[in-house]
Amino acid sequence: MNRIEVKNLRFSYRRGEEILKGMDLTFDSESTAIIGQNGAGKTTFVKLLKGLLKPTEGDIFIKGKNTTEVTVAKLAKEIGMVFQNPNDQIFKSKVIDEVMFGPLNIGQGMEEAKGNSLKALELMELSDKVDENPYDLSLSERKLITIASILAMDTDIVIFDEPTISQDYFGKIRIKNIVKELAARGKLVITIAHDMDFVAEISERVIVLNKGEVILDGSAEEVFLRDDILKSAYLEQPNITQLCKRLGYDRTFLALKEFLDYRLAEN
Amino acid sequence: MKKIIVENLKYRYPLSENLALKGISFEVEGGEFIGIIGRNLAGKSTLCQALVGLVPHFYKGAYSGNVEISGMNVLENNISELSKKIGIVFQNPFTQITAAKLTVYEEIAFGLENMGIEIKETIRRIEYVLHLLDLEKYKDRNPFELSGGQMQRLAIASIIAMKPEIIVLDEPTSQLDPQGSEEVFKAIQSLSREGITIMMVEQKIEKIAQYADRVMLMSDGEVVDFDVPQKIFLRDDLLNYGVQAPVFTRVCRSLNIKNKNTGLYPVTLDEAYELMVRHEQNRS
Ligand SMILES: Nc1ncnc2c1ncn2[C@@H]1O[C@H](COP(=O)(O)OP(=O)(O)OP(=O)(O)O)[C@@H](O)[C@H]1O
Ligand SMILES: Nc1ncnc2c1ncn2[C@@H]1O[C@H](COP(=O)(O)OP(=O)(O)OP(=O)(O)O)[C@@H](O)[C@H]1O
Ligand SMILES: [Mg+2]
Ligand SMILES: [Mg+2]
Repeated sequence: MNRIEVKNLRFSYRRGEEILKGMDLTFDSESTAIIGQNGAGKTTFVKLLKGLLKPTEGDIFIKGKNTTEVTVAKLAKEIGMVFQNPNDQIFKSKVIDEVMFGPLNIGQGMEEAKGNSLKALELMELSDKVDENPYDLSLSERKLITIASILAMDTDIVIFDEPTISQDYFGKIRIKNIVKELAARGKLVITIAHDMDFVAEISERVIVLNKGEVILDGSAEEVFLRDDILKSAYLEQPNITQLCKRLGYDRTFLALKEFLDYRLAEN
Repeated sequence: MKKIIVENLKYRYPLSENLALKGISFEVEGGEFIGIIGRNLAGKSTLCQALVGLVPHFYKGAYSGNVEISGMNVLENNISELSKKIGIVFQNPFTQITAAKLTVYEEIAFGLENMGIEIKETIRRIEYVLHLLDLEKYKDRNPFELSGGQMQRLAIASIIAMKPEIIVLDEPTSQLDPQGSEEVFKAIQSLSREGITIMMVEQKIEKIAQYADRVMLMSDGEVVDFDVPQKIFLRDDLLNYGVQAPVFTRVCRSLNIKNKNTGLYPVTLDEAYELMVRHEQNRS
């Protein structure tokens, strides 16, 4: 059984303006990125997965259960989601309380929640901020706090909506490692991002969403080869891929190291 | 003429123990496009707030030094006076939306009305920025019912419409799709060519390398370096500052391909491509 099955999913915020136009997808364990133009419907889609919005038509099954038939609270035990804007997620006035809220909410005991939260904060290198007010911290730190909260919940499915916003080089590496480690532990990880270099590095599978429809779905190599389709969806190839293509290489190089190794072997 | 003069600027947030800005000095000419880069918490946003006067007029705390914006001293002029010369796009677009207005169109008009721009000109400018940021379809929408990237587009549109002499942009493209980012960088570049001075914080290093005239590298409340992109991205210690050189620079560095005239590594796709092609030709 696939962990997520989406069947003919349609969604509108208002009548006459369909945002998702019939999506059919399954997700099991591959680390997947969803990319697409601003307004394509990426955030809407993952909010539907998490049960925060209800399909206008069609069905979503999480581990075989239809999302319309389980409560948001039940779903929360299966799916953790890091919001695009941390301000939509944060509402406690102390970092540790904010991080613990999620785990407590899905039924972890006080001790367990605290332990998991402290561990997650340590992973985000925020151990010295546990007693601070999230609103006194910078945007990049607030994003890491929301990530810590989701990690502490230890859900089977983890969704990151634009996790790398405002992160510096080290922040991006930290998030990349988290995605990889979660995937290695068998979790289903879905990441939305506009940073194609980052997407190329973290994903096994890439889905291109365009105006509410899936127009490409395949391995990172397959998807990033299709420069024409990417351009039509307001996307682009990763930087190194663009350079190699211009140099006339047939292969889609997704990382600098891959290209340098190839050249070394070539000579 | 110098558009921005910052002299030994020091600032500490109230309740904070450490200085967020530790004696910063620099000057910027009119029409320059300056990129500001550096680690998280380096003080990039705080510097932006100090340029537009939110530090020290809104954020109190300890302040010393001198900041001059288009000849106006920031300490001696209030924010609304300063806002005639300098505008800012905040790091989080959510904080930018005034919530005073119901539609995207009115949100953009709000700033222009406050400036006393006449109605015809207001309409012309709004139409221009709606088109520039691909927001025409959403002009009657409530700003809070936009996607993250659309909201960021609105924040940029509102400031560009006001056409201040100086525009400060704090990671304005962090939520934009790849082509949207490219379009914004191009639009900002053309504003700078018209003489508008640009101060832009960015983590998108490849873009800064391509578009900025000069790059300011910040770390721990200080300006570590302030130079043309080719010089900044040559530094061996960049990673210590949470910045990775553009992939085009790294590729040429690994292959030891330099620009023979300048002795520097390329920082853009075009330049890297040309040098690599020439390199291959010379080898064969
Ligand atoms: N409102 C505030 N109150 C107290 N301290 C603050 C406030 N905003 C920022 N700081 C502190 O000032 C320092 C500089 O923060 P600033 O936000 O300017 O950095 P930044 O380079 O913009 O970081 P980022 O890349 O995360 O956006 C940090 O130590 C930060 O914690
Ligand atoms: N609360 C809302 N009410 C009405 N329309 C909305 C609402 N939220 C989003 N929309 C619209 O639905 C469409 C899809 O929005 P969504 O946030 O899913 O896009 P996205 O792909 O995540 O975009 P981005 O890359 O900018 O985050 C957009 O055109 C947006 O304007
Ligand atoms: Mg979104
Ligand atoms: Mg900042």
